[in-house]
Order: sequence, then structure tokens, then C-alpha cells
Amino acid sequence: MNNITAPAIHISNARLRYANKLLFDRLSVSVEAAKFTCLLGPSGVGKTSFLRLISGLIAPQGQTELTGTVVASDGKPLANRIAYLAQADLLLPWLTALENVIIGAKLRGSKPDLAKAKHLLVQVGLENSMTLRPSELSGGMRQRVALARTLFESRSIVLMDEPFAALDTINRIKLQELAATLLVNCTVLLVTHDPLEALRLGHHIYVMAGQPVTLIELKGLTGSPPRRLDDQTLLHRQAELLKQLSIAQALV
Amino acid sequence: MKKWQRNFFILISLLIAWQITVSLGHLPAFILPGPRLTFMSWWQNSALIISATGITLFETLAGLLLGIIIGCFSALVLIYFKPLRLWLLPLLILSQALPTFAIAPLLVVWFGYGVMAKIITTIIMLFFPITSAFLDGLRQTPNAWLELAQTMNATKWRLLWQIQVPAALPSLASGLRLAATIAPMGAIVGEWVGASNGLGFLLLNSNARMQIDLMFACLFTLIAMALLLYFVMDRLLRSWIRW
Repeated sequence: MNNITAPAIHISNARLRYANKLLFDRLSVSVEAAKFTCLLGPSGVGKTSFLRLISGLIAPQGQTELTGTVVASDGKPLANRIAYLAQADLLLPWLTALENVIIGAKLRGSKPDLAKAKHLLVQVGLENSMTLRPSELSGGMRQRVALARTLFESRSIVLMDEPFAALDTINRIKLQELAATLLVNCTVLLVTHDPLEALRLGHHIYVMAGQPVTLIELKGLTGSPPRRLDDQTLLHRQAELLKQLSIAQALV
Repeated sequence: MKKWQRNFFILISLLIAWQITVSLGHLPAFILPGPRLTFMSWWQNSALIISATGITLFETLAGLLLGIIIGCFSALVLIYFKPLRLWLLPLLILSQALPTFAIAPLLVVWFGYGVMAKIITTIIMLFFPITSAFLDGLRQTPNAWLELAQTMNATKWRLLWQIQVPAALPSLASGLRLAATIAPMGAIVGEWVGASNGLGFLLLNSNARMQIDLMFACLFTLIAMALLLYFVMDRLLRSWIRW
């Protein structure tokens, strides 16, 4: 989607402490350039905090202590190169779908590229809803707008925090495919608790589990994302992952 | 039953109850005039009442408009310059501890018997509820929006205009509704302490002359004006802020 070469990201010595509970410490992982890396883990394991660390959104929040080193493989700073897509679509209710897509340009004071925004909305299948407000859109459509807004930023690194978790199955599957297609040259780190989502989208999958958390890479992934739903090995791996996750869940 | 039918029914019932109280209680007109007498008085003095209403309405609207401008402006300054907020907010709250009624005579001394003193009284009464409501709204912008804007490298000024201000409009709207109900009160207080015209002046004057029927006529006119103002404000806000 863009011609900027996406860098790999190296995270080392990540540490998260909440009150007296140490969620993870000395956690290190590398996110491969221009690939989808999925972090899979049960709720409350610190997945969102891990993404916040990378995005640089580490505002002190009460008793939370979040530290770590995050560097890009090309040595340049990460700020200005990261786009964030959260579970909540975060659309502004007073703006239309199109205006929501270009909000980044408005906030920076640059002239928004309307043609590009419209093209993106067409790509996510919203050519007929550009002038509608978020309250007039369904949950799936809203998340499509959010995806278009993320793409509009043309960032080489995209962090996604359970972006499709609030959607119904059909919409989730469609949006996974869209994301896999449209973010093809980006370095993507996707956090999810849905094994199927990780298996469909990930070039690499790490399972976050344990106390404190460690990262275990899931080996032997075949085929390239988005993997087909009727892929037999996919279903096998899903069963395997679900087992692993329920053990991890019991430990949180 | 539709809303307006219900309201009409309530109004008629109140008028009937009022008339029955007056008739059965044999209350003299200088204690409690009945609705019929009040209406007669309104009709006979209509030119006087209408011209007085015009003056009060002008003071109310001017005070409301200026109060809204000053209130919104202070809220924006206070949110944008945080150090200023820490120093000015206590001062603002202190200024509200002064009862407007107590300083209104002073305003008459400073600004005379004309409309100016009344407009200023109105502004003083309503700018703070507006500042307070708007500032609350501005400070309660959802954190997730602010963070999203941060990842988009928003400038502070654009963040304020593109996200914080629109997000605070519903809060501002409740401040404005409140202001619309306070505004006529401000003008009346101003007229009460010293005026040569207006509904407040007429109220005080008729009270002193025991023309209670005229006083009632003024009161009802005042109520009608205040209701109309609130209704118009509510309608405007509903059409502006649709989300």
C-alpha cells in the first residue's frame, strides 16, 4: 500500500508491573519487517500494554509501571511511523465516514488527500456510505472506516489491538481478509485472543502465557496469509492453540 | 394524548383551580387577584407591559449572548493554558461566591440606570455556569481519542478544535440551557435594584402601589418570556448537535 520500506521492530526487556503484580519482565521479541506477527494470549495478560509500549503511549497511569526498549531495524525513530487500530473504532461521531478517514491530516494541518481517502473507502467496501455519520453505520462498517483511517495514515508499522473482536463472525472474517490484503507491505503486530484470527493472519504467531509472561513461538506455520478457513491444518492448529490458551488462562 | 394537549390541559386545570381558590376563599383582589382580573389587567396595560418586556428581553438576550461568548472564551483559555487554569479557576470560583444581588447596586452606581448595568448583571450571573459546563466537557474528552490523535501527530491547537471542542459540545449545551433559564433572572435582578423601565421595574412599581393584578400580569409575561427563551435555545441546540 505504500512504497516506504517497512522496518522490523526489536523489543527487549519489556517490563509491566501493575500494583504488586509483575505481569511480564525481560520480555523480548522481534517483529519481522513487512509481515504479520500475531500475539495471542488470554485476557489480562498484558497484551494491550505491550502494544502501548511499542506505540510510545506510555502515559503514567496510576500504579502501572511499563518500561522497555523498542528499536526499529533501520535505526530511525519509531514515532511518526506507527498507526494504531484498536478494538473500539474511535470514530468521531460528529464527522462523516470520509471526514473520519482524513482526520489525521486535519489534526496535522496538512491538506487531506480526498481522492486517496475515497479510494480507501471503496477498497473497504463503503463506496455508498462515505457521507454517513458513525451512528448511521453498523459495527462492521464502522470498523471498516477505522481500517481505512489507519491505512490513510500510510504508516509502515501498524499495531492492532483486537481490532475485530467486537464484530460478528462474518464481518470479522471479511475484515481479516481486507486487512491481510491491504496491509501487505506493512510491519504488523496484531494482538488477539482469537486463535483462528492469529492462524489466518499471522506469518508468525507468539503465545503469551505464564506468570510472569513468556513468549512461545508457534512453529511450523504453512501457507501464506490470509489462510483459507477450510484449511485442515488450520483447524488442527486451532485445537492445539485453544488447549494451550486455556492452560495459560488458568495461570492468569 | 399528545404532549401539547397534556400541557394545555395542565395549564387550564391550574387556571381553574386558581379561580376556584379566589372565588371560594373570598380573597380580595389586592391579596390574590383571579385569572380573569389578571388577564383584564394585562389587556388594559398591554402597551406598557409589551414595551417593558421589549426592554427586559433586549437586556436578557444581550446578556445571554455576551455571557455565552465570555463563558466559552474563558473555558477555551483555561483548557489551553494549563498554568493559567491553576491560577484563574480559584479566582473564578471566588467570584461566584459573591451573590449577584449584593453587587447589583454597585453595578448601578458604576453603569447607571440604563440597560448596561442589567446586561452586566446578566453576564455575571450566567457566564460561570457556561464556563464550568464547557470546561468539564473539554476536560472529559475520551482518553482513547486523545491517544489516537497523539499517534497521528496532532498539534495541540488542532486537537482542541477538531476533537476536544466538538466532543465538549453536548456538555456546553447543558450549560447553555441552564444559561437560558438564568438570563431573564439576571435582567430582572438588575432592574430590581435600579431601573426606570423593564418588567422588573414594572413589577416593583405595581407591588409598591398594591396593583397586585398588574404585578401578576407582569409575572406571567416574564414566565412566558423565560419559557420561550428556553424553548428556542433547546430547539437550536438540538438542531446543531445531532450526535
